[in-house]
Amino acid sequence: MQPPRRSDKGIRALTFINYASREINCKIVYYGPGLGGKTTNLQYIYDTTAAQSKGKLISLATETDRTLFFDFLPLDLGTVRGFKTRFHLYTVPGQVFYDASRKLILKGVDGMVFVADSQRERMDANIEALFNLEANLKQHGYDLMKVPYVLQLNKRDLPNVVSASDLTAELSRKGEPVFEGVANRGVGVFDTLKAVAKQVLLELRKNGGG
Amino acid sequence: MSTPVVLYEQEYEQLKRVITRLCADANAKFVFLVDKNGQQIAAHGEMLNLDTTSLASLTAGNVAATDGLAHLIGERGFPVLSHEGERDNLHISIVATRVILVIIFDERSSLGLVRLRVKRATAEMNSIFEVIDTKVDRERDMGIALDSPFAEITEEDIDALFN
Repeated sequence: MQPPRRSDKGIRALTFINYASREINCKIVYYGPGLGGKTTNLQYIYDTTAAQSKGKLISLATETDRTLFFDFLPLDLGTVRGFKTRFHLYTVPGQVFYDASRKLILKGVDGMVFVADSQRERMDANIEALFNLEANLKQHGYDLMKVPYVLQLNKRDLPNVVSASDLTAELSRKGEPVFEGVANRGVGVFDTLKAVAKQVLLELRKNGGG
Repeated sequence: MSTPVVLYEQEYEQLKRVITRLCADANAKFVFLVDKNGQQIAAHGEMLNLDTTSLASLTAGNVAATDGLAHLIGERGFPVLSHEGERDNLHISIVATRVILVIIFDERSSLGLVRLRVKRATAEMNSIFEVIDTKVDRERDMGIALDSPFAEITEEDIDALFN
């Protein structure tokens, strides 16, 4: 087996390649304002994924089902070039005062999904969460401009939503893929996941082959 | 985004041998190594139906939260955590600054015995991780290229994952 190379000792330790067991594990974090649909995304993915492709959905939540620390869902996507490819999906707690916990969950992230709440009255919360994301990534040595990243505009079915174009104009940071979603019905959920997973794998190709 | 963290096959086998011996010497039910980001590294023990993926993620979260608490009160960290249950107990400690060692034990062992055996095993594992780091640094200095599984991945390969 040819010995691999690392260009970084891993202060920003991330994608884990185990040559012995031939597994690759990548971490994707769903971020966004409170009650925006992050947990709903994971719940839908869990409910509709075949049993052999998923692990248990872990939800560390309050008594009122608000995410307290994180949700976690491991997905087995199959084999790529002989390596089992697993994605670990996490959500962060969206409520403002859980910032310390959000910072912890971001560590080691490979790809991000920002779940925006399309409702007009949640625009400020979206913006605050987005800037919070950038600040917390920076603390870990990441730059949002360089991290695989997808924007989901959730709750498109509600009557009081901002138009998708206005929402995108307000929240898009770097021309990232944008998906409209109704997470509780699964609309846009897998499109979002596929898009961010693809970015993560292509980034691995860029780093591994370069 | 940096390049991936890798685990060499030779050192993986060495780590497996260390935790297998630790499990026996400590009379433990299960020994588990996980990195601080929640990725499983190696495991050994009699708890065959244990959900090790969830264990890895929750352990990493537990350690991360405890580290956060430590920093808040001015400590560098709490390198050892112990949880006592009605039947089984959990001992969590840090190896090589970035790896978590988890031991599940019951009345067939004791906290004292576990701590004693962990001390020796930790020293052995620290050496193994130092070898990994040295190997990587040496190869980087020599400009040895990575034989990455993703070097030739195509968009079709990726699309196939979702079909």
